[in-house]
Amino acid sequence: MKRRTFLKNTFAATASGAALGSGLMSSSVFAEEDSANPFKASSLEDALKAAGITEHEESDKVTVKAPDLAENAAVVPVEVKSSLENTSEIRIFIVNNPTPHAANFTLGEGTNALVKCRFKMGKSSDVIGVVKVGDKFFSAKKAVKVTKGGCGG
Amino acid sequence: MANKFKTRLKVKEKGGKVNVKAIVSHPMLTGLTKDKKGNKIPEHFIHEVIVTANDKVVMTANWGPAVSKDPYISFDYAGQPGDIVKLVWTDNQGNTGEAEKKVK
Repeated sequence: MKRRTFLKNTFAATASGAALGSGLMSSSVFAEEDSANPFKASSLEDALKAAGITEHEESDKVTVKAPDLAENAAVVPVEVKSSLENTSEIRIFIVNNPTPHAANFTLGEGTNALVKCRFKMGKSSDVIGVVKVGDKFFSAKKAVKVTKGGCGG
Repeated sequence: MANKFKTRLKVKEKGGKVNVKAIVSHPMLTGLTKDKKGNKIPEHFIHEVIVTANDKVVMTANWGPAVSKDPYISFDYAGQPGDIVKLVWTDNQGNTGEAEKKVK
């Protein structure tokens, strides 16, 4: 009898936990754990969450410049530009990399929202540039094809 | 240690904007690569770059290991000739490096 109630209770607890978890609970806990380091997140969703980006809107005022076909996947030049005013942050995500969050640039006052940097890419992937304007996030993406991986191996 | 990694910085003023370009000689290891014996090579990458102009921060960059070897960065900020631009970076093994240039 004891065993039964025990099982029943745990089942009920896990069920409600799972229900909540799929929605809010576990994800927020997870985000908190990772909030210190979005660079460790291994999927785009987790990386976005860890970076505090709950939703982002595609905007034509944000541009991501990168080659269509990367000649050398170890050095892929990427340029992210935003013509939105008060852009305070630029983040770059490479979707198919082992850790999608590639870089985060925090802009000071008077700094133009245009950064150029070079990245490694494991395989063909979308490169997403997310910019922060006030409390909102705007994004743009660009597909880059890679013939040979640049992330080791 | 800092001398092992060369930090190069270029600053150029044009029409009220200062273009900052920098390259650091750094291996930027991801921690996913393996050596010939199959042992993992530990990650070693620059995780923070701070660029200041006249002691005011104009750009902070946080990088992951996805940034390529010998990282390059370029951006503009509103500045004038005479500004002193300083770049300081730190990697995940505690190495640091810096470079300083005056805008002409």
